Amino acid sequence: MSTPLLAVHDLNIALASDNKSYSAVESVSFEIGRGEAFGLVGESGCGKSITALAVMGLLRRPLSLGGGRIVLDGQEIQDASPAEMRRLRGSRIAMIFQEPMTALNPLSPVGRQIAEMFVLHQGTGWKEAMDRAEDALRQVRVPSPERRIKDYPHQLSGGMRQRVMIAIALACSPDLLIADEPTTALDVTVQAEIIDLMAELCAAKGTAILMISHDLGLVANMCQRVAVMYAGRIVEAQPAHAIFATPRHPYTRGLVDSLPRLGERARRGRQRLREIAGVVPSIAAYPPGCRFNPRCSAVTDICRTTAPAITTLPADGLVRCHHHD
Amino acid sequence: MTEPLLRLDALAVHFTLGSALSGGVRTLKAVDGVSLDVAPGECLGLVGESGCGKSTLALAIMGLVPPTQGHIRLNGHELAKRDRMETARTVQMVFQDPYASLNPRQTVRRTLADPLRLHGIANRSEIDHRVMDMLAKVGLRPDHADRYPHEFSGGQRQRIGIARALILQPRLVICDEPVSALDVSIRAQIINLLLELKDELGLAYIMISHDLGVVEHVSDRVAVMYLGRIVEQGGWQEIFEDPRHPYTRALIAAIPDPFHRADDFAKRTKAHGEIASALAPPPGCHFNPRCPMKADRCVSEVPLLEAVASGHRAACHFRDRTG
Amino acid sequence: MRLGANTYVGGALVGLALTVAILAPWIALYDPVMDANLMNAELPPSWEFPFGTDAQGRDIYSRIVYGARISLTVGIVSQMCNSLIGVTLGLTAGFWGGWWDDVVSGLTNLMLAIPSLVFALAIMAILGPGLVSLVIALGLTAWSYSCRIARAQVLSLKSQGYIQAARILGYGDLRIMFTQVLPNILGPLIVIATLGMGGAILSEAALSFLGLGIRPPFPSWGSMLSEARDQIRAAPWLSVFPGLAIFLTVLGLNLLGDGLRDILDPQSTTRRA
Repeated sequence: MSTPLLAVHDLNIALASDNKSYSAVESVSFEIGRGEAFGLVGESGCGKSITALAVMGLLRRPLSLGGGRIVLDGQEIQDASPAEMRRLRGSRIAMIFQEPMTALNPLSPVGRQIAEMFVLHQGTGWKEAMDRAEDALRQVRVPSPERRIKDYPHQLSGGMRQRVMIAIALACSPDLLIADEPTTALDVTVQAEIIDLMAELCAAKGTAILMISHDLGLVANMCQRVAVMYAGRIVEAQPAHAIFATPRHPYTRGLVDSLPRLGERARRGRQRLREIAGVVPSIAAYPPGCRFNPRCSAVTDICRTTAPAITTLPADGLVRCHHHD
Repeated sequence: MTEPLLRLDALAVHFTLGSALSGGVRTLKAVDGVSLDVAPGECLGLVGESGCGKSTLALAIMGLVPPTQGHIRLNGHELAKRDRMETARTVQMVFQDPYASLNPRQTVRRTLADPLRLHGIANRSEIDHRVMDMLAKVGLRPDHADRYPHEFSGGQRQRIGIARALILQPRLVICDEPVSALDVSIRAQIINLLLELKDELGLAYIMISHDLGVVEHVSDRVAVMYLGRIVEQGGWQEIFEDPRHPYTRALIAAIPDPFHRADDFAKRTKAHGEIASALAPPPGCHFNPRCPMKADRCVSEVPLLEAVASGHRAACHFRDRTG
Repeated sequence: MRLGANTYVGGALVGLALTVAILAPWIALYDPVMDANLMNAELPPSWEFPFGTDAQGRDIYSRIVYGARISLTVGIVSQMCNSLIGVTLGLTAGFWGGWWDDVVSGLTNLMLAIPSLVFALAIMAILGPGLVSLVIALGLTAWSYSCRIARAQVLSLKSQGYIQAARILGYGDLRIMFTQVLPNILGPLIVIATLGMGGAILSEAALSFLGLGIRPPFPSWGSMLSEARDQIRAAPWLSVFPGLAIFLTVLGLNLLGDGLRDILDPQSTTRRA
């Protein structure tokens, strides 16, 4: 087995608030192979976005790294200096966000923002960089790229802006693209196109993807492997098709069962959706033991006192549950 | 045939933007000739993406935005001639954002009791009784009544919003994306609640959502909107199993199916490009620039919403072609 | 919730001013107007006259104490008037929009363009000097700030779901404005009100200094400053004490305003549990 492109071992992230320290992310470990599409799924507050920020070296107060190793291509980067991280960002790891309007500079034409990548990381001159920027826009299928390079972000639609973000992120052919809810703010038909585009471009360039989303269906469709996070911990990780067909953790199972899927009603009539009781706990009040225990239908005493250990599953999977089947 | 609870007849809502001084007057045709019925106790799913006009349509049905053309009839009576208070007792709305839809300075009790007082119920004990009854119906406890919105989670706030919508015992409730702002793991709770209340209280719903899974689950009939027009309308099963409009097919194809990856059919039926602006909709069929089946006729001639089968209508020149 | 030292200091200063004003008849040593003995003119501070005496031989301490009544009355009443006008105009302009909004915005711009003191002067010129005309004049000139803020707050609030929900439930416009919107925009408005009180006191001081506000022999801190103007070097106590009184009261109001803003902000509409 070749070295994975990105290996995260036992990552811990702490959140400081009101003179107390809370555990925002606890012993998170996963690996992404070269060119692989890996999905990280969870609801708001589960820690998926800050895990990505940790990989990028972008954690700022009140968040801080509390231990663990982040290994990029065999090299440990969790303690890298800011200058080293700046060299990596854009050229080896890139990130796109949910709201392209806030991620793009509103005062700079989009062509220039793409060209900046070539100038900063590859030392090309501006003229050549602008030409390559136009090419980049063409690659992300923006119509009339020669005119669009002069447009400002506010002149473009949401879908277009996200394409620009992708162009910027992939400009220097990074090894890893981290996408944090890139399509959540877009319309459904545009979302489908953007996802297809990302998958195609990354496959062509050999770029691995870390896809972060709350939409399990989206991630399972796009990625090869999926990890599910709940309240700061990874509770399950499996190949994409398995996680939907045979979820092993009650939370994953709850997610899969609770959302209505197209075609279900025609097949089985309208069934009452299987609810997951309770609410997502706040970081200040994580339950002891297994953090899902107050909401779990299979809960027993041990779940309330002891955090479950990791059980490995076939095909590089894992599950964190006292009662996995 | 019983009188439909709500009847929209060629409804149009146009906004004029700009003035002669600032580059000319332009018309935004937010709703452009919509006709549909909602029967008592029926759930109509209204599907569409941004700019399709579904929010404006909801506001027009609520009487908050005056129609430019066409008619809105509630219970047989023209909306414009109805008394505002009477309309409030007939149609209500559940909003999308549970964090912005409750007055942060009012307790739950006051949010629910004030409308009752406003509508002439003076008896204190009756008001109390109805407030408590409604809280129980939406799954909240009596001790929740004297708390403020910020003390509740998103799902609970949405329950309060539902309670408020139902406190005046309306017959039609417009649910505008009721679960899209909620955490995924609690959406099922709210959807189940809405369906239970519908059956228990005999309500009709207009369920506005971009989530086709939710729409298929809850609706009796479905209408698909694009740039102010209804492009397809029919029973839920027909719409999802035999869609006759390319946009409907594109919406369905856009849903990621975790079991079938890189599906060729899906690739063929997906729409490309961006949704046009409602200020400058494409000529002829509004969907033509993005349509995989586009022909010359589509640019020159507006397709009408016509029957494909009984109760199933599509606005496409190629409506008789099956998928 | 941690209140800054500012709030406590401000509260203490304002509290002190209010206490002095309320208890004036009991804590003053002499009658501020009548007890004038030319034999005692311009005496420096002593046990008999803690702050000294003025050119007419009146006890400055007692005049400061009674002067608090005038300054605070002017400050509070005129600001209430300003707030009432400003909030009503701003609330309705923001809520209804349309031509009314245009009218109010135009009026507000006009008021902001005219120096408020000049405007007050003009009104005083018509009404003549005295406490009542002073309060009216100041009460009509500084409403633009509350108006602008109220209007901006209403505009940002209008799109909130609960405002629409109230409409749908059958609430009329006025009821929505006063029961739904107003309670949620009070925060900044209260802060402006406290700051405005400080401003009104300063304006009163300025107008009285110019001889147009409170006329002698009535004790207002501003007119006391005015009378002392020629004697700043020779008899500094004539101006130091009134000046200090104005300074401390206005400072207290400003600090209190800051503190109130911090207290009221966390309850704004964007707070999430």
